[in-house]
Amino acid sequence: MGSMDRFRMISGLAVLILSLWWALFGARTASAEEVVLGLSHDRVAITATFDGSEILIFGAVKRETPISATAPLEVIVTISGPKEPVMVRRKERSMGIWVNTDSVAVDSAPSFYAVATSAPFSEVLSDTEDLRHKVSIRRAIRSVGSTLEGAQAFKEALMRIREENGFYSLQENVVSLDEQTLFRTALQMPADLIEGQYETRIFLTRDGTVVSQYETVIEVNKVGLERFLFNLSREQPPLYGLLALIIAVLSGWGAAAIFQLLRNG
Amino acid sequence: MNIYLPIAEVAVNAFLVLGLGGMVGVLSGMFGVGGGFLLTPLLFFIGIPPAVAVATGANQIVASSVSGVLAHLRRRTVDLKMGGVLQGGGIVGAALGIAIFNYLKSLGQVDLFVTLCYVVFLGIVGGLMFIESVNALRKSRRGAPPKRKQRGWVHSLPFKMRFRTSGLYISVIPPLAVGLFVGMLTAIMGVGGGFIMVPAMIYLLGMPTKVVVGTSLFQIITVTAATTMMHAITNQTVDIVLAVLLLIGGVVGAQFGTRIGVLLKAEQLRILLALLVILVCAKLALDLLLEPSELYSISPIRTAK
Repeated sequence: MGSMDRFRMISGLAVLILSLWWALFGARTASAEEVVLGLSHDRVAITATFDGSEILIFGAVKRETPISATAPLEVIVTISGPKEPVMVRRKERSMGIWVNTDSVAVDSAPSFYAVATSAPFSEVLSDTEDLRHKVSIRRAIRSVGSTLEGAQAFKEALMRIREENGFYSLQENVVSLDEQTLFRTALQMPADLIEGQYETRIFLTRDGTVVSQYETVIEVNKVGLERFLFNLSREQPPLYGLLALIIAVLSGWGAAAIFQLLRNG
Repeated sequence: MNIYLPIAEVAVNAFLVLGLGGMVGVLSGMFGVGGGFLLTPLLFFIGIPPAVAVATGANQIVASSVSGVLAHLRRRTVDLKMGGVLQGGGIVGAALGIAIFNYLKSLGQVDLFVTLCYVVFLGIVGGLMFIESVNALRKSRRGAPPKRKQRGWVHSLPFKMRFRTSGLYISVIPPLAVGLFVGMLTAIMGVGGGFIMVPAMIYLLGMPTKVVVGTSLFQIITVTAATTMMHAITNQTVDIVLAVLLLIGGVVGAQFGTRIGVLLKAEQLRILLALLVILVCAKLALDLLLEPSELYSISPIRTAK
């Protein structure tokens, strides 16, 4: 019986502490300005003729109090593809030919990353806030434990190559903001998307500090034939291989037969 | 028109891929080479991941070879018996090649090794063929009949077998060895190996040029089919959509190629093939020698799925 009482007392105490904590910190985390978001679509279907997709991101800032006059409100939108480890290699001349010598493994780099802002990036977000929320492209890539001297150069190469190929982008001044309340932007997603959950984040900032944050997910999935073939190749590899061979042999034979007919006919 | 490839996970221009397939198909039909030595690097160039390019390339070669072989069968220019012996060696060779490939992969320099293989083999084969066929063409211009191959050490080996279509009575050891060697190259370099086999058949085995092309295609079918299956099962890198695009172009091209091949003289055919081989070799060698514009390269570290 005694242990039961003690249990009640402890749980009662826990509830009290929790509600106190909520009163103290909950009020602080629930900010005065919040994001109400809309997406033109929260699903991207990769079909056979998939040719990239434009996602319209729009929303409003909900607030209980009048607009504070301290600093203008700014908006940052980021979309991040699935993160995966990558190997970055560097070539060097050795015995007259160019050979991969050094390599650095980057622990986690998004396959796709786009940042859109309502003003120049340096004005919208301070460096400390960037470090905390990992907003900029540089911060979105995580590489710890690279032992090689000059590992930074490898990370920069990764960013440079992916930016050139359109997988990473920083687009400043493309989020339009009306009356510090309504915002809207369109982000282009390339045709070479890989499947997965694309984490979408919206930050409201004032004076370089994040005042509110909203997160949602855009699903990118293969559909139809693409889905079927991908699944088959993973679940029934021998069957998939045979299918590939049968198609190859039949089309080879078919072409020969058709040409024979054409020549005779 | 862009097409999204489900396995490669990239979007490519459908007409570009059709054109690539067609071009390689024409070569395949003309020379009896699978065209892999050309197709695989070209696929890298348009942005297909190397693992997918090698595996899918093998599958495409199956199709164009079937198409080519049927055309040759009708003209009775395939030595089925010789092909069978070559295939026997080829499958053993492919298994050996896979083992070597995986060992090199564990050392981490497989890309360089494959490129060096290309440069060395294409260089030697292309150079030899070019010199030989220029000489042969000069002789035939002067009106002298082309000399029949003299009987060398190849003909003194045991286990002789009669190959009626080729008009040969030779030991089975050289064809088995050729098949084995080419099978190994297939697995390591991701090519059909026709560019090695055609000269080996002509110069080493002394087969008549007429049957060489068809027989080579016949052997390539088996070895590349085995390679496709191995890739599909172990790496899951065969992209059927890419393969279908390539082979629509390829099979049509192969038919045209076979017709063009009939119109040309054997020596001319060999000079053209030699030039093509030398060209690809020079391109790859330059890539190794010149400073690349981008020193860095990215490759995803795929965790086992």
